Amino acid sequence: MDRNHTVVPAAGALETRIEEWRAHLRRSRAISGTDSAELEDHLREDIASLRAGGLSDDEAFLVGVRRLGAIDALTREFAREHSDRLWKQLVLSGDDGDGSIGSSASGRVRKMWVALGLAAAAAAAIKLPALFGISFDAEPAAAFYPRNIGFFTLPFIAAYFAWDRPLGRTGRFGLAAAFAAAAVVVNLFPFSVSPKDGPPHTLILTMLHLPIALWLGVGVAYAGGRWRGSDRRMDFIRFTGEFFIYYVLIALGGGVLMALSAGIFGAIGVGIEPLLESWVLPCGAAGATVVAAWLVEAKQRVIENMAPVLTRIFAPLFALLLIAFVVTMAATGRAIDAKREVLILFDLILAVVFGLLLYSASARDAASPPGPGDWIQLTLVGAALVVDGLALRAIGSRIFEFGFTPNRVAALGENIVLLVNLGGSAVLYSGFLRGRAAFSRLCDWQQFYLYILAAWAAIVALLFPLAFGFE
Amino acid sequence: MSINKDLVAASSTALVLAILADGDSYGYAILKRVREMSGGELEWSDGMLYPVLHRLERSRLVESRWARAESGRQRKYYRITKAGRHQLADERRQWQTVHKTLEKLRS
Repeated sequence: MDRNHTVVPAAGALETRIEEWRAHLRRSRAISGTDSAELEDHLREDIASLRAGGLSDDEAFLVGVRRLGAIDALTREFAREHSDRLWKQLVLSGDDGDGSIGSSASGRVRKMWVALGLAAAAAAAIKLPALFGISFDAEPAAAFYPRNIGFFTLPFIAAYFAWDRPLGRTGRFGLAAAFAAAAVVVNLFPFSVSPKDGPPHTLILTMLHLPIALWLGVGVAYAGGRWRGSDRRMDFIRFTGEFFIYYVLIALGGGVLMALSAGIFGAIGVGIEPLLESWVLPCGAAGATVVAAWLVEAKQRVIENMAPVLTRIFAPLFALLLIAFVVTMAATGRAIDAKREVLILFDLILAVVFGLLLYSASARDAASPPGPGDWIQLTLVGAALVVDGLALRAIGSRIFEFGFTPNRVAALGENIVLLVNLGGSAVLYSGFLRGRAAFSRLCDWQQFYLYILAAWAAIVALLFPLAFGFE
Repeated sequence: MSINKDLVAASSTALVLAILADGDSYGYAILKRVREMSGGELEWSDGMLYPVLHRLERSRLVESRWARAESGRQRKYYRITKAGRHQLADERRQWQTVHKTLEKLRS
């Protein structure tokens, strides 16, 4: 009885002290929630064993905390090991040499000028063909712009990173050679645009897929030659998401600006639409890519992880949509109308699910235990697999009744590539949720898939025109 | 005798892997084991162990999972991987080489 009286309030006091200690620990951004949970478990066990050895609560707490090490030293150790958590912070001044962590003010200003210079170069490059009489409006039969669309922007982004990162001479040379080789090959293709049918399908496929394949080259430059490190690849995936968001925001702003300038000049009877269309829009669109890439790096803190926030909002909504679709199909007994375009629609659905999964995985702390968000992700992937399976069954046998056109082969191939990715993800995810596999396996799988996607894009862009006779 | 700090840091990988090769374990138990086995002469600061464990996990030498301990709290358990066992064998050879060299130099 007596004993109980002394222990209960003391235990309460102990809890308060542990609470304070934990709060203090959390203030450090290098120590994540799960790390502090792990440390707390350690502290509690230590205190329990010290108390069993005869120390009072107070003594046990002090000894335990002392043994864990001063929090400053602890933080430094964690920061060294988990430099990725400081990704968004400019606290550690670039001593790890990865270049993404800004150093001095003068360095930042220099980066800005280089980025703006390259943006201007990209803007100039897109109008350069005009000097040789090639314009957007009077598109000659050679289809110069569609086949080269990626080369007006991506080399400049890659150049920015190649300048910024310790890429090395061979890395820079290899990258330049890869871009140049792709440019030469694609310009040797004898695409011909007939006035009647419009551009050939293989040209459009090349236009859509070549930039995706070349984006891997940007990734190599981004990783600064340390592409093999899986963390750098994940950083590049994060970069891609933030880049996309920045670019969309800049495009929206640019659209507003152009609409307003057209309006205000229209008010005094000066029509500037031709100027906007043939100069401001293309130059702005090209230059903005480099600016967006630079902004992602320079302002990492401002727009901290927008892509993961968006995935968190849309993953449950998308899962609901897909489940509702399956339920409606089952309830009404309706079948998927096996039209030609339907496969492309399902490709898009798979691509969106792939993106949602990728960005939620990129933002997730691989060390934290399974949570409700993970079940939502698995549900989403499972629903997407079911829906796509239904679509493939509906179209499957009929797809090639319409004939082997490049578009259909590309659409089916895309579907299979994404289906395999999501199938593998579902297996790894459920393994993780059942405690059989580490979450990092799933991340490895997604990162490995970058190569598959780039390879597939390259096949469509460069081999399909050959295989289908440039139709 | 207290063991020099650099040596403690250098030996941490081998020791943690050797303990995990015996069976899955968690931070506090690993530390206790090191103390016991070294007769209390290898003194690790508790907080330094976790960054080591996380580094090993990141380089896929160990895997971790969360499970409920008898106390009812969530606890992070570590398990050695195949790559970890290879690394351990390698580390053992390295330490033995150092040890043998020292022994030979004495005689």
